[in-house]
Amino acid sequence: MAAYEPVIGLEVHVQLATASKLFCGCPTTFGAPANSQTCPVCLGLPGTLPVLNERAFEWGIRVALAFDCAVQPTMKFDRKQYFYPDLPKGYQISQYDQPLAQRGHLDIVVGEQTKRIGIHRIHMEEDAGKLLHDPHATASYVDFNRAGVPLLEIVSEPEMRAPEEAYQYLTELKAVLSYLDVSTCNMEEGSLRCDANVSLRPAGTTPFGAKVEIKNLNSFKAVKAAIEYEMVRQAEALDRGERIVQETRLWDAKAQTTESMRSKEGASDYRYFPEPDLVPFVIDAAHVKAVAAKLPELPAKRRARLAQQYQLPAYDASVLTQHRRLVEVFEQAVAQYGKAKPVANWVMVELMAYCNARQRDPDEITLQPVWLVHLLQAIDNATISGKMAKELFVESIEQQVDPQQIIEAKGLRQIVDTSELEKVAEDVLADNPKSVEAFRGGKQNALMFLVGQCMQRTKGKANPQSMMEILKRKLTESKEVAS
Amino acid sequence: MAVLGEQDVQHVARLARLAIPPAALSPFAQQLNEILDYVRQLQSVPTQGVGPTSHPLSLSNVMRPDLVQPSTVAQDVLAEAPARHGQLFKVPKIIDV
Amino acid sequence: MTQTNRTDSPLSQPLHQLRDRIASGAVDPRQFLNDLLTRIEQFNPSLRAYIAVDRERVQAELAERLAKGPRGRLFGVPITVKDNICVRGEQTTCASRILQGFRPPYDATVIERLAREGAVIIPHANMDEFAFGSSTENSAVGVTRNPWDPSRVPGGSSGGSAASVAADLAVAALGSDTGGSIRQPAALCGVVGMKPTYGRVSRYGLIAFASSLDQIGPITKDVTDCAELLSVLAGNDPRDSTSAPTAVPDYLAALNKPVTGMRFGLPKEYFIEGIDPEIQRAVEEAARVLESKGMKRVSVSLPHTQYAVATYYVVATAEASSNLARYDGVKYGYRGAGSSLLEMYEHTRAEGFGRESVRRIILGTYVLSHGYYDAYYLQGLKVRTLIKRDFDDAFKECDVILTPTSPSAAFKIGEKLNDPLQMYLSDIFTISANLAGIPAMSMPCGFTSSGLPIGMQLLGPSFEEARLLQVGRAYEQATEWHTRKPSLQAAEARN
Repeated sequence: MAAYEPVIGLEVHVQLATASKLFCGCPTTFGAPANSQTCPVCLGLPGTLPVLNERAFEWGIRVALAFDCAVQPTMKFDRKQYFYPDLPKGYQISQYDQPLAQRGHLDIVVGEQTKRIGIHRIHMEEDAGKLLHDPHATASYVDFNRAGVPLLEIVSEPEMRAPEEAYQYLTELKAVLSYLDVSTCNMEEGSLRCDANVSLRPAGTTPFGAKVEIKNLNSFKAVKAAIEYEMVRQAEALDRGERIVQETRLWDAKAQTTESMRSKEGASDYRYFPEPDLVPFVIDAAHVKAVAAKLPELPAKRRARLAQQYQLPAYDASVLTQHRRLVEVFEQAVAQYGKAKPVANWVMVELMAYCNARQRDPDEITLQPVWLVHLLQAIDNATISGKMAKELFVESIEQQVDPQQIIEAKGLRQIVDTSELEKVAEDVLADNPKSVEAFRGGKQNALMFLVGQCMQRTKGKANPQSMMEILKRKLTESKEVAS
Repeated sequence: MAVLGEQDVQHVARLARLAIPPAALSPFAQQLNEILDYVRQLQSVPTQGVGPTSHPLSLSNVMRPDLVQPSTVAQDVLAEAPARHGQLFKVPKIIDV
Repeated sequence: MTQTNRTDSPLSQPLHQLRDRIASGAVDPRQFLNDLLTRIEQFNPSLRAYIAVDRERVQAELAERLAKGPRGRLFGVPITVKDNICVRGEQTTCASRILQGFRPPYDATVIERLAREGAVIIPHANMDEFAFGSSTENSAVGVTRNPWDPSRVPGGSSGGSAASVAADLAVAALGSDTGGSIRQPAALCGVVGMKPTYGRVSRYGLIAFASSLDQIGPITKDVTDCAELLSVLAGNDPRDSTSAPTAVPDYLAALNKPVTGMRFGLPKEYFIEGIDPEIQRAVEEAARVLESKGMKRVSVSLPHTQYAVATYYVVATAEASSNLARYDGVKYGYRGAGSSLLEMYEHTRAEGFGRESVRRIILGTYVLSHGYYDAYYLQGLKVRTLIKRDFDDAFKECDVILTPTSPSAAFKIGEKLNDPLQMYLSDIFTISANLAGIPAMSMPCGFTSSGLPIGMQLLGPSFEEARLLQVGRAYEQATEWHTRKPSLQAAEARN
């Protein structure tokens, strides 16, 4: 394996979350009943004509600029022709030789290094419908709801050299797109799709080996796994003296392998020609400038700023910037709270843990920054324990209520009155003579048990630290008394 | 430029998803070759520096606002479709998934 | 054959006269429509200008107009529509088997515009399948006969529209023109037909042949009617990206303006060997008439004329092959048998399309295919630029250009069917206007010695339809070709 170097390129299709489709007024929402979001245009009925969605046009330019691409001064659409039941007109309106943008890049972080991955081109095209297959029937079915939804195809240069780089590329790409707020970027729903191109060449050489395209990848993890598998498959084949067949293979998520597609029709002749039903689109320098001026602060820049402004380690800055919501919560909370590191920890650890456990996208969580501030302040002034705070945090998000309110409503304030704590300690000691014996006999964990009993009795409102100290004192006092 | 043979006609017919019966290939090729012979004269026209005209009008940037305009024609279309399965269009099973 | 004077019969009257009489109450639109439908039922079986007419539907639409309006400028007037223009709920098939049973769930923009003016739509006139043809012989339902001589073709592809107007089976009709499909049948049938500037009339709802060449236009009994109908059809449509934003002038106001001092150009490349000498004579006579109205004759040159047909057959078939890809049996129309998807596609299309359609799809697919794009399609688009420039240059020397519309009068049914190239060459005078995108109008200017109509063509710069109408009207006022009518009784008796 060490004898070969992988050459990896990614083709990503992003669905733009415009209200209506690229060339007609049908809605684009996911999950609607079959064929309920169609019209004569996107069904390709005879006599219908496409008209470009101006928001898709604007967003396309934004995305192009976010990846530092050169925007095409005059872009046009072309017909890409092939026959398939999910393609209503027998051609897809796409872009061939004058695409929206070219020659951009995306910087990724792998370990400690930053690496620049070139973006070859970005173009706009309409999505196809969906085919459904019934394994028991002799028929297939077509739903055209998705036909005509706007897509941006982002093609990278083949400059990735490891599966992890591909993973980072996708993560960063998704972050940029979520900052721009142009797509739901959801691989499960299909608003973000990825095909990977993998070839091997002997390490240190320049010519490219035969390229294999991998389709049917459903997650970033799958992309990485598929590339890893393919690298091994190709290396073993090359080691056996075989030639790699240039082909398209499908990722089988169950078997964790790539498989050759069953039928091969040979290279397709798409017979591209300029779309006569659409006029060209001029994007002049002034327009580009105006769009550039309105771009939000993008992830890479934000990372650098966070590290510098809040004195955060690169890793923290990286995790925080992955999701736009996260970083907004962070910055607003710090603004009110004052200290960055505790807020960073809470966001990175507690919030992310919550999202992962509940399978929720951080960008979908509503967490008011002030809630986090109140939580941290409550810990600081010992109103609640750290443990209680974690529980409150979850409850706060689920109930959409300020933790302060929950504390008051449930009377969760820690008991700080030492006389009260003393009373509790005395009661517990009285009720648990065996544990007292055990502790005096040298068993330290008996103390932990007693602390636990105190916590139970106070419904968690006792400060465990104080409890432990009071118990210890009482135990040693009485010991002295006893002896 | 190549003259169209029966195999070329066969190939192009496949691209266009048209079944041409074998007996018709030769007469077809002949007629097509006559037409191609005629149109080939275009290649003798000097066009250096001449741009192509894809659109006779010099319009640009024609767009529509991003507004939803619901349509219910699918019901009418499905009602007359050659084959349907509930709210879906039905076609012979596609093998290569 | 005998010709009768048009003004005899109420069914012969032009649109503008009928409209005025309906508005004044002199004509009862229900009576008129009833008489028209009766005439259609009488003569259509032999002429086949219409594919089918649903009397009840049309009468119901008139009843609704009368009850609810709108009382627009075409109130109560029936307008015939070619079979490639979508009418909601009505079979619209482009005279092809592959669209058998297709009922569009929407109206073409032109239909909406006509309805807004109170017109009544009579669908659908016969045509060459998918507008591929110059004779209407390529229709899947059978050929339309020329009312002047039923053994001859009416021209194409809007043969049904032109024949219906000529035979007074229509008051006026819509056709479509991609390479001459309005003008050539208008000439062969002795009526007026105009192809507007590309983008002047919306293509939304016109079943596409060649997207960068197609235009819907009027076929009428006289020039005034042409102006009336164009006034309703013209204008920007946000549903058509190629629709021009250019303001629509008052076409009727142009009609009576004098033409003194205007220049008409005669392109030397159009008066060559191969034109029927009677046609040449008729157009030269027309030139003299224009001069007698105070116009000045100028000689112009359109040097790339000889490449027009070749350019057209590369560009138009390429676009057509793509536009016809959607006819695959999946969602509507005819579906052929097949246990696999490939079989279904191939049978659907082989059985659904007629011979000429198959020929053009193959040709168009070939010129776009890998390795041939540059030599054929791209080169074709470049020559198109040169053809357009020819006209730009010529219009610096003249205001309109005068040519014959067709190199021959109506030919016999079957005469050119087995020689596709010969058939293509009958478009030689009309094709350039589509390539250049300029407006062009054909109008009657005489008859052959065997009584067949001869048409002359006027061409103008983009968006100068008013100018064509102005010159056309001036010519019409000095002649009476447009008042002659074929005698259908005599023709029927002969059959």
